[in-house]
Amino acid sequence: MARTRAVLPALKIGFTGSLLLGALAAACSRSKPADEVAQTPGRPAMTSVAGRSNGGAIASEAEDGQWVRPAKNYASTRFSGLNEITTANVQNLHLAWTFETGVLRGQEAAPLIVNNTMYIVTPFPNYLYALDLTKPGAPMKWVYKPGPIAAAQGVACCDVVNRGASYADGKIVYNTLDNQTVAVDAASGKEIWRTKVGEINLGESMTMAPLIVKNKVIVGNSGGEFGIRGWLTALDLGTGKLVWRAYHTGPDADVKIGARFKPFYADDRKPDLGVKTWPGETWKVGGAGVWGWISYDPQLNLIYYGSANPGPWNPEQRPGDNKWSSTLFARDPDNGEAVWAYQMSPHDLHDYDGVNENILLDIPVNGQTRKVLIHPDRNGYLYTIDRTNGEVLSADPFGYINTSSGVDLKTGRIKYIDEKEPKMGSVIRNACPASPGAKDWQPSAFSPVTGLIYIPHQNLCQDVESVEANYIAGTPFVGMNVKMTPGPGGNRGFLDAWDPVARKLVWRIPENFPVWSGALVTAGNVTFYGTMEGWFKAVDAQTGKELWKFKTGSGIIGQPVSYRGPDNKQYIAILSGVGGWSGAVVAGNIDPRDSSAALGFVNAMNDLPNVTNKGGTLYVFSLP
Amino acid sequence: MCSRSPDMMVSRAAITAVAALGLLSAACGPARAATTAHELRVCADPNNLPFSNQAQQGFENKIAEVVARDLDAKLTYVWWAQRRGFVRNSLNQDKCDVLIGVPSSFEMVRTTVPYYRSTYVFVTRDDKHLKVASFDDPRLRKLRIGVQLIGDDATNTPPAHALSNRNIITNVRGYSVYGDYRQPNPPARLIDAVARGDVDVGVAWGPLAGYFAKRESVPLNVTPVSPQIDLPFLPFVFDISMGVRRGNDVLRDQLNAIIERRRGEIDRILQDYGVPRIDVGRAGPAS
Repeated sequence: MARTRAVLPALKIGFTGSLLLGALAAACSRSKPADEVAQTPGRPAMTSVAGRSNGGAIASEAEDGQWVRPAKNYASTRFSGLNEITTANVQNLHLAWTFETGVLRGQEAAPLIVNNTMYIVTPFPNYLYALDLTKPGAPMKWVYKPGPIAAAQGVACCDVVNRGASYADGKIVYNTLDNQTVAVDAASGKEIWRTKVGEINLGESMTMAPLIVKNKVIVGNSGGEFGIRGWLTALDLGTGKLVWRAYHTGPDADVKIGARFKPFYADDRKPDLGVKTWPGETWKVGGAGVWGWISYDPQLNLIYYGSANPGPWNPEQRPGDNKWSSTLFARDPDNGEAVWAYQMSPHDLHDYDGVNENILLDIPVNGQTRKVLIHPDRNGYLYTIDRTNGEVLSADPFGYINTSSGVDLKTGRIKYIDEKEPKMGSVIRNACPASPGAKDWQPSAFSPVTGLIYIPHQNLCQDVESVEANYIAGTPFVGMNVKMTPGPGGNRGFLDAWDPVARKLVWRIPENFPVWSGALVTAGNVTFYGTMEGWFKAVDAQTGKELWKFKTGSGIIGQPVSYRGPDNKQYIAILSGVGGWSGAVVAGNIDPRDSSAALGFVNAMNDLPNVTNKGGTLYVFSLP
Repeated sequence: MCSRSPDMMVSRAAITAVAALGLLSAACGPARAATTAHELRVCADPNNLPFSNQAQQGFENKIAEVVARDLDAKLTYVWWAQRRGFVRNSLNQDKCDVLIGVPSSFEMVRTTVPYYRSTYVFVTRDDKHLKVASFDDPRLRKLRIGVQLIGDDATNTPPAHALSNRNIITNVRGYSVYGDYRQPNPPARLIDAVARGDVDVGVAWGPLAGYFAKRESVPLNVTPVSPQIDLPFLPFVFDISMGVRRGNDVLRDQLNAIIERRRGEIDRILQDYGVPRIDVGRAGPAS
C-alpha cells in the first residue's frame, strides 16, 4: 500500500507572519535559539501555530531540545526540530539506556524532558520518576508516589492508564486515577500542592495529561459509563486552587456558554441545549468527560479539546442530540468561556468519543490561508475546522466507515446509517469503525517539513448482539455481546501519512495489530511509532519506507519523544508496556476465550498474548 | 455429557436451560467433599447489601459460611467493588477461589448448578394501590418510574430496555447501580426513592427489592414483572450460581455437591433475606 508521496501542491499563499508570539517564545526558549528547526524555505505556507519568525520561515515553538508538554508544543504537532538523526543515519540508531518502571500495566504516557531531567508517569499507582540525564545510564534522582487510594482500581471505570504530565514554572503537574491533580517540584520531587477535583465514589476518574496555559492547569474527568457529568477545570498553577469549571451537559451557565458563544451552525445557537437535547434529567448523568488532549492557540487565546461520549443510557433511552457530548470546544483559558462548539457525533450511537487530538495548523484552503484545527475523530472522519469560528471546512474519511455516509458541510451534521444503529434485541453485523473508532486516543504528529500528518490508528469493525448474561453489583442483566473483528484487508492497524492540504492519503503502512502508540516526527524526516508486538519503528517521513526497527520487551502503546541530551546528542525515547483497552487481554490477564471481554475488544486481539507480555520499560536510543 | 471441557457449560443464550444442568451434574455423580482445603477465599463487594458487606451481614456472606463449614475450611474475603473489572481483578487474578452469586450463564467464570432463581420486580408503595405487574400496563406511560442503570457501553438493565422498547422514556429516571459508593449499599437508593415518593414505581432486581422493601419506613409492594422474557430475548428472570475460575472443576464439583447437600440451609437464608424466588418448591415471592 505504501506509495511515494506526490509533490505538495503549489502553495500559492505564503504565511502572513502574524503568529509572532513574543511572550510565549520568551517563555519557551529556555536555552538555545531555534537553530535546529528545519523548515524548508520553499514551503513556508504550512505551519503550526505558536510559532515565531525565523528568518522568514515559520517554525514550531522554539526548539529547545526539551519536551515540556504532552504534545511537545501547544499546536500539538509532536514534531521535534532536532535533526541529528536523519533518514540517512537512522539505521545506526542503538539502545543508549533503559529504565524499568516496575509497573506492568499499559504505558501510555509521553516522557517529559526538562533541564536535563526526564520525568515518567506510570499507570496506577501513578508514580512519577525523575531520571538524571547528565549521568551515565540516567540514574533515578527521585520517585514521587502520590498514594492514590487502592480502591480506585475497582471503583473507577475502565483502565488504569495515565497519559502523562506537563511542565511549567518548576513544576511537574499530572493527574492520579483517583482524581487528584498534583504539582511536584521538578528539582526535588517534593509535592507542592494537590487538589482533589473529582470523586472516585461517584464513578469519576482521571487519565488525561493536563495542559498548562499561562498560569492555569487545565484538566478533565473520565467515567461516562458510570453516570458522571463531564467537565473541564482550570486550577491555579501556583496554588492548585480551582479557578473555573465548565460542564459539558446542563444549562448554558454551567457549560460557560454566554455572550461570546458563536457556534458556526444554527442548530447549536439555541439556549440551554445541554438540557433540552436530553430526556428528563438525564443530562445530570450524561457523561461527556475529557480524557484526551488539549491544544492552545496563544494568538487567539483559545484552547481546543473534545468531549467524550454520552452515557450511561443507551442511545434509544436518550433521544435527542445529547449536547455537548462528542463535541469540540473552543474556550478562553482565562475564564473558561465557550467561544464556539461543534458536535461531531450528535446522539452518539457507537461510543465515538470526541476526545482525540487537535493539531493547529495554518494551511491553504481553496486558495486562502486558514487557521484550522485538524481532528481525526473516532467516527472515522478527519475534520478540518476553522479554529476561529468552528466552521467545518472538510470531513474526509481516513478509515473504513459504514456507520455513516458523510458529513453535511451545510449543517455540519453527520449522516448516520440506520441499519448500523445498535438496538437491544437486534443484531448488528460488521459495523465499522468499531467502538474504539477508526482512531482512538493515540496522537498523530505533523511535520512542517513534509507537510504531512502521521496518523496511527486501527482498522476494526464489530458485531453487536444482545445475549450475554452479566452482572454488576449483584444485579444480573443481559448485555450487548460485542465482538470486534479486523476491518477490510484483515490487518488491524495502520500508520497513515495524510496530506491536509490535498486532503488525501499519501502513504500507508499496514500493521497486524492496531497501532495504539502515538507518532513522533523529526526535522531529520524520520517518523517513529511502535507496534503492539513491541517493535519500535523508524520510517522515512516522505515515503513511509521502513528504515530501522528495534524489538522492545513488550507491546508499545506509548508516545515517542525526542530530546537533546546534555552531550548535545539527539535521543529518542519510548515506553514499552502493553495494555490499555486494546491490550487488556495481556495486561489484564484476560482469558483470550472471553471473546466479549474488554467490551468486545478481546475478540479482535486474542492472538496478542502469543506475541507479547506485560511490561513497563523505558527505552532510549541515540546514534553511536 | 460429563465433559470437563471448560466451554461445555458456557451456554450463551440458554439462560432458561441452565436449570437443567443441575440434573446433569447430579447424574454425573457429585464429587465428594472430602476436601483438604484449609481456606475458602471469597471475593465479594464490601458495600452491597443484601448480597455482601464487609461486616459479613449479607446473604452471600451467610451462604459462604455454609460452604466453608461444609468444606471444613477457614473463610476469608478479598473485598472488591463489583464493577467492571471485578472478575478480571479478583477471581481471575487468583486472589480468591469463588464468587458466591453470579448469573448461571456468566461467561467469565465456571459456574455451578443454580441455587436460586429470582426475577426483576415492580416496587410500589402500598398506600398508592398501584399493583403494577406488567410492562404492558398502560399506566406506566404516565407514572414516574425508577430503573437501575448499568451504563456499560451498549448495555443496561432489562427493565430499562423494556421501557424504552415501549417508548416509555421521558417519565423514567435512572438510578445507577454504582451510585455514591461513600454511602451504604448504593443500589438501594432506588428503593429509597420509591418509599420517599420520588418515583411511583421502581423496577429492581428481586433480592435487592425484597430486602430493602422490608426496611423502609412505609409498606412497599413487591411484585414480579411480567412477561418473564420480552421477545425476542430480554429476560427478567435469572438463575444464580456460584462461580469459580475456569479450569477449577474440582472446586466446582465440590460446590455442586454442597449446593445439593445444603439446599435446605441455603433456602432458609434466602427466605430470611426476603429474596423473591420463582423456582418451584422454594420460598414464594416476598409479599
